[in-house]
Amino acid sequence: MEQAIINKAEQVQKLQKEILELQGFRPPLEHEWRDIGLGLMNEAFPNKVFPVATVHEFVSTSAEEVAVTCGFISGLVGALMNNGACLWVTTKRRVFAPGLKAFGVKPDQVVFADASGNKEALWMMEEGLKCNTLASVVGEISELSFTESRRLQLAVEDSRVTGFIHRHTQKPVAHIACVSRWRIKPVESSSGCGMPGVGMPSWNVELQKIRNGKPGAWIVNWSPNGFRVTRADIGRLSVPAAKTG
Amino acid sequence: MGRYMSVWLPYLLTDRTIRSKPELKEVDFVLSAVVRGRIIVQASGSAVTQKGVRTGMAVTDARAILPNLQVFNYQEGIAEKTLLGLAEWALRFTPVAAVDIPDGIILDTSGCTHLWGGEVHYLNDIICQLDKIGYSAKAAIADTIGAAWALARYGKQTIIAPGAQMQAIQLLPPAGLRLEPFVLDRMYKLGFHTIGDFMHMPHPVLRRRFGQEILKRIGQASGTVPEPLESVQPAVVFQVCLPCLEPIKTRTGIEIALKTLLNRLAQQLYQEGKGLRKAVFKGCRIDGAIQQIAIGTNRPVRNVKHLLQLFEQKISAIQPALGIELFVMEAPVVEKLSSQQEALWAVPGCGNENNALANLLDRIAGRAGTQSIRRYLPVEQYWPERSVKLTHTLFEQPDTEWKADRPRPICLLEKPERIKVMVPVPDYPPMMFIYKGVMHKIRKADGPERIAREWWQDDNTQIRDYYRVEDEAGARYWLFRSGTYDQEEPGWFIHGFFA
Repeated sequence: MEQAIINKAEQVQKLQKEILELQGFRPPLEHEWRDIGLGLMNEAFPNKVFPVATVHEFVSTSAEEVAVTCGFISGLVGALMNNGACLWVTTKRRVFAPGLKAFGVKPDQVVFADASGNKEALWMMEEGLKCNTLASVVGEISELSFTESRRLQLAVEDSRVTGFIHRHTQKPVAHIACVSRWRIKPVESSSGCGMPGVGMPSWNVELQKIRNGKPGAWIVNWSPNGFRVTRADIGRLSVPAAKTG
Repeated sequence: MGRYMSVWLPYLLTDRTIRSKPELKEVDFVLSAVVRGRIIVQASGSAVTQKGVRTGMAVTDARAILPNLQVFNYQEGIAEKTLLGLAEWALRFTPVAAVDIPDGIILDTSGCTHLWGGEVHYLNDIICQLDKIGYSAKAAIADTIGAAWALARYGKQTIIAPGAQMQAIQLLPPAGLRLEPFVLDRMYKLGFHTIGDFMHMPHPVLRRRFGQEILKRIGQASGTVPEPLESVQPAVVFQVCLPCLEPIKTRTGIEIALKTLLNRLAQQLYQEGKGLRKAVFKGCRIDGAIQQIAIGTNRPVRNVKHLLQLFEQKISAIQPALGIELFVMEAPVVEKLSSQQEALWAVPGCGNENNALANLLDRIAGRAGTQSIRRYLPVEQYWPERSVKLTHTLFEQPDTEWKADRPRPICLLEKPERIKVMVPVPDYPPMMFIYKGVMHKIRKADGPERIAREWWQDDNTQIRDYYRVEDEAGARYWLFRSGTYDQEEPGWFIHGFFA
């Protein structure tokens, strides 16, 4: 009896994997099985590894949130950057290149592209995502439709580039076809051992939506060695986990 | 050695006046201008000159010779404009034509004359054509510009055999060497009436008496000193044309023309080891209008596929109207392109990674403009706004290391914005600040980090004391106080957001 249940679970898992592949979500390639230092958070991801070669969505509403989201994204970009450049599509010049250095990104390896509007930014991002020599593409796009986001997903399926859409918007956020939706908020920094002054960056990282994973929330610090996920904070998820699939 | 032709237009300005006012052909007239309060003859036609009126003569004296002389105003700069027009006209005879101020043009005839059946026919044809449009001209062809110039003005021979230029100018007056008037005066006094009189004298002797200039001029006439020629139209080396039997009206047709021309241009570039940085695609329409689109690239390129992609973004800007009968592809800017480009960011496993990235940037620049692509390089300056250098190319490398010893925000406001603060003690970080109407109570703070404006940059040595602060919500800001308390009330500003 027990044997049958295990077999059944295995069967379901196998089928799920097949469905994923049909949907264009291939399991990570060999060299993509790389832990980028997200520790505890890996439990939430499908296959227990940060999904690369897909498009992630980040939402921010205030200038402070824009800054911490940029910080978190550049931490990810830095971890993925090992051997490639990053294209950063912006509609407003706000990122200060020397500030990227602290997050393990060589600022001169980031190519910024100014777009005059959402439409142009989307086009640039799609072109960037098709270019397989880039390690990652960051796009600051405030609004995009489901169809447009689907196009981006199709672009990365061949090129294996990782995309990050950063939506700075006040409006309620429409659903788009991204593998995940993140929300980063600043939290009080801890300098450790009770030292005065501002410590290392600390964030409340909410993974509101993740395809085939488990949404959750964590407190993440940034140290010179990379991310440090201190504790899972499931209870603090500000919106109920979105339905995925 | 090249062959040059000097064309002398002795009555340039009067011929031009007759061209615009044909009724003056049989009339005695001069062009005059006021020089130091006197009205002086600036140009006279051949008939008037033969009657004794010379350039530089006062108009009243000229009137004494010819009582019914008409006088017209001389316009400054008109000679240069006319010569430029004539030099451009002469481009049909040679690819290199230059203006020779004040009264001539110079053509580089090397390799052109055989198309007219020899130099004699070539020269006669030009003189005839000039005569037809109303300019009387004299011309000579020689190995050097200097010799041709002298013979056109003072000589009787018109074609000088290669290498024979020095014998040819021997009997000409020294003025044929394009010397200053005071040098000519001195020569006349010393009894040098022909170039041959002093041509073979030792150089030190000539230099002591007449200056360095004369040696240069003799050298230019004999061919030992090179003389550059500034063509009115820089030669476009990389240009391919495609005439069409039937006028092209459709997008498909234009695309085929584009592809054909790019293939031919790429072949040309490949043979020369060059790649293009700029390309212009022109379509000459039946009604005479020219439609053109241009592209630029990040680095030298001769990849047809990539260039085609860049042009395809812009094809819709071409309006064929009734049809295009001639397509021209030009590459005005080319650079050396080695077959192997150095790798900037090597991606293991694929060969032309840089090309792919550069191609992507070309496409973006083609759509949004070159200015839209930014990369930042570090600069050894502390003032935050000046600590980075903006570059638009992919291949510029940083000169110095990126500094990471001081905290720098991830988002910087384009301009610092004024905030209201409450500060307990001078030189302390504020307890709270109000930005955009929202009050932030500060819980933690670092600083100050004093950054002074470099004294060599401006007169006023501005000082900023930067603080990194964190408010109750955990958001981190970069604030600064501009100035110190011992002067007037200092201002507080917010300059950025930390992650």
